Order: sequence, then C-alpha cells, then structure tokens
Amino acid sequence: MPNFTALREDFPTLAREVRPGVPLTYLDSTATAQKPRAVLEAMDAFYRRHNANIHRGIHTLAEEATAAYEGAREKIAAFINAPEAAQVIFTRNTTESINLVAYTWARANLKAGDLIVLTEMEHHSNLVPWQMLAAERGVELAFIPVTAEGLLDMAAYARLLEREPKLVAFTHMSNVLGTINPAGEMIAAARAAGAITLLDAAQSVPHLPVDVQALEVDFLAFSAHKMLGPTGIGALYGRRDLLEAMPPFLGGGDMIKRVDLDGFRANDLPHKFEAGTPAIAEAVGFGAAVDYLRAVGMEAILAHEQELTAYALERLAAVPGVRIIGPRAEKRGGVIAFVLEGVHPHDVAQILDGEGVAVRAGHHCAQPLHLCFNLPATTRASFYLYNTRDDVERLVKALAKVKEIFG
Amino acid sequence: MDDLYREMIVERFKTPLFRGHLEPHDIFYEDDNPVCGDHIEITLQLDETGHVRAAAFDGQGCAISQVAADLLMESIQGKPLDEVRALTKEDLLELLGIELGPTRLKCALLSFKVLKAGVYGLDKTEA
Repeated sequence: MPNFTALREDFPTLAREVRPGVPLTYLDSTATAQKPRAVLEAMDAFYRRHNANIHRGIHTLAEEATAAYEGAREKIAAFINAPEAAQVIFTRNTTESINLVAYTWARANLKAGDLIVLTEMEHHSNLVPWQMLAAERGVELAFIPVTAEGLLDMAAYARLLEREPKLVAFTHMSNVLGTINPAGEMIAAARAAGAITLLDAAQSVPHLPVDVQALEVDFLAFSAHKMLGPTGIGALYGRRDLLEAMPPFLGGGDMIKRVDLDGFRANDLPHKFEAGTPAIAEAVGFGAAVDYLRAVGMEAILAHEQELTAYALERLAAVPGVRIIGPRAEKRGGVIAFVLEGVHPHDVAQILDGEGVAVRAGHHCAQPLHLCFNLPATTRASFYLYNTRDDVERLVKALAKVKEIFG
Repeated sequence: MDDLYREMIVERFKTPLFRGHLEPHDIFYEDDNPVCGDHIEITLQLDETGHVRAAAFDGQGCAISQVAADLLMESIQGKPLDEVRALTKEDLLELLGIELGPTRLKCALLSFKVLKAGVYGLDKTEA
C-alpha cells in the first residue's frame, strides 16, 4: 500500500494556510483536484523549453511539441486501456466530450421519436446536451429513477430497455451521492437491447480503475482537472467504427485532410475532431497526471478512498443533526453530501471555510437529483488520494463550530 | 467569520419577523438564485395613498439571504412606493452591516432584486 500521508508532500497547495494559522483541509476534489509538482513541472518545462505549435512543423521544437502532445494521448489511452491512441480525442472537458457526441453522432443518427435513456442522478453536463437535442429534434428522454438509498432502480431500467432506446447515457459515479453505478452490467444490458452507450466518467476515471474494453462501452468522457491534471483539457474515448462514421464537430485547421474553395475532406482520427490549436501544455500536464496516478496505482487509490469514506460516514453519522444522502459505504466512492438540520448548506460551507475546511455547497450541477430528495442544496465533502483521517477529524470539529454558532 | 454570523444575523434567521405570505396582496414577485437554488418571494399590501401597509417574504436559503429579506421587509414598512423604488443595494448592505465577498453578495441581494422587480411591476403580479 502506498504511503498516502507522505504523498501529500507532492502537492504544494496542501501545505498552504487559508489564512494565518489556519491550515487548508481540502475536501473539494470532486469539483477539482489539487495538482502534484510533477504536473506543474511538466507543463512548466514544456513552456520553458519545447513550446511550439504541433503537427506539420518541421523545426525541432515543433517536433518535440508534437511528440509530447501525442505521447500524452498514448499515456491516456493506455490508462483507460483503449485499443489505440487514435480513439482518444482531446476536448476541453467532460462537458465538451458529451456535447461532441450529441452534436455529431446523435444528430447524424437520431430522429424524432427515438428514445434516449438517462438517469435522475446526472450532472447537468450529461443532461442539458440531450435536452437541447430533444428540443431540436423531438427525441424523447426517459430517466432511470434513483431509489431512496441513492441507487439506480435496475428493474425500472430493464423496463426502459424494452422500449428499445437508441442511446443509454449515464454517470459511472455520481458527483453528489458518490454512488458507483454497475456500469458493466448496465452497458451489457443496453447493448443487448441494441442501444449505443455513453459513460460519463468524470468522477470514475480519477478514482477507480476503468477499462473501456472490459466495459465494452461505446463512448467514455472525462476531464483532466479532476484527476490531478490541469483545467482546459478532457478526453472522449470512442469506438473506432462509430468515430469513423461520425461527421466532424468543429471545423478549422488540423481537422482537415484537404481543403479547396468547394469543400474539405476530414482528417483521420483523432485529428478529425480536434480543430484548431489544442491545449498542448495541458495535454502534457494531463499525461504527467496519468503517470502519477499509475505510479500510485488505481486499485490502491480506490481502496484508500473507500476506507476513508467508510470512516467519514461513521464519524459524520455521529454528529447530531447530520443527514447523509446516498448509499452505504460499499456502494460509493469518496463523495459525501449531507445536510445539517436547521442550517443552510451555504452557511455550513462558509463557517467551515473559516476553519480552513474547503467543501462545496449547492446543488453541485445536479439540480434534478436534489429535487428527487426534496432538498434545495447539500454540503458536499469529497476525498482523493491525498486526504487522510486527520482531514475527516477537522471536518467533524468544524461542524461542531457550526452547531455552536447556530445553536 | 464571527462577524458574518454575529448574533443578530443568527437570531433573526431563527426567528424572522416578516416571514409569511400576505393574502390578499397588491404586489407579488419571486425569483431564484440559480447558483445555490435559494428562493425568495415577496408579497406587499399597499394603502390608498400608495404606501406599503404590510410586507412579507417567504422562501428558503442561507442565513444571509433570509435575514437580508427580513431586514428589507422591515425597512419598507410604511414607506411610499417611490421611496421603495429608490432603495439602493448599499441601503440593504448597510442594514445587514457585514462585509460580504462576491458570492455571498448574491445571497444578500436576492431579496433586493425580487423587491425591485415587484415594485417596478414586472409581470408576475397575481390577482
């Protein structure tokens, strides 16, 4: 087992004080993760030494930059066990990856009356693109309900599959409930019903081993910044035949093979979907983040976070007035959303910040899910590989301060 | 921090003086803060001379948003509508008497926005 306390030293932000004498307790990694020195240094070295635009450049720096960019793609492809690097398309983030599928595959393949199955626990990023499509094309949306425990209702899912949906798109791990959905089982059922599958892996790829070939998923979307990498870059994995058949997304440089005034021929994968100068330094940082995670080991990271989550659930349950949303420890990753009786989540978060504890308050971009639980908002603490039991203790202590103020 | 949650704010949050829904009313307006889902509705009763006879707010949200609404309702009791229309956000912040960062400012100003929209007759007036 890696020493998770020792690796905190790799993260400069974790050493800072929020204000004099108040150390940072960072419990907001579900929103974005802190960055290890290896990522910062890789990006810095790129800008200091290799900076050039990629592809087609003949000079040395352009070749180095291209190799760094494409090298990052290979690392990321290997990380999710993609059959080939060309099936990994760089995007801005998970949201853009999902929109890419909605604007290309879905608009080319779906027509009025076709059914898309989503779930009630989706982040807005895997909901609004489909609502936009539904409004534009008359495609129908149906939702797998969430049970009181915070799990998907699998019997209801089976009934929805009988209606032969064209697409099943769902989150691998809820950013609010922490629920890890049985993706393999759900994808197999969708495929048996003839549906294409899209997995929102924004929360899963950073926290647990994800293998696209084992899952047999058609599309998988995730972001670098939630997995120790920089903001501004994410990835879309896609099945090769689907990507080949899809029309391009954005038009411009790099996505073309040949252009004349009458038209263009789209480039090969993955460049077909990467118009314009991409986030090159960010790709390098993304690659360094993946190297870091692989060195620690995803199995170990998952085990560490689940152990910590089980501990935190127990400690929080003992705080009077705390109501935790979501399933028992075995069914969830390192996310705990809760409400404290009589105190609004914003007030909880504000007072915790006074104690140096960074949590999130609100609907966490999952407003329909909060409506299911009849809550306008929750406070959310989330963990990553660098969190420890000390962080949980500081959270519990800071909650006592909230109780003290609100009596 | 302790300043933000000083006793007046917490007490007023627990026991608001102007929470409720007036029936009948002359002015009704409601709105949300999309960032956090806070919700405020305001109902006003006017007398024949266009003064605020009674004002009430209802809704849900953090202490800052709810207390700001409560203080705002208190401050407009008996005032002519012209004066209510002329209220500035600085007036409200003075009532609260606390320093707020940009995010919490939106919490504080939600009721102000709702009141302004209501008294300027934006079309959510109920019968």
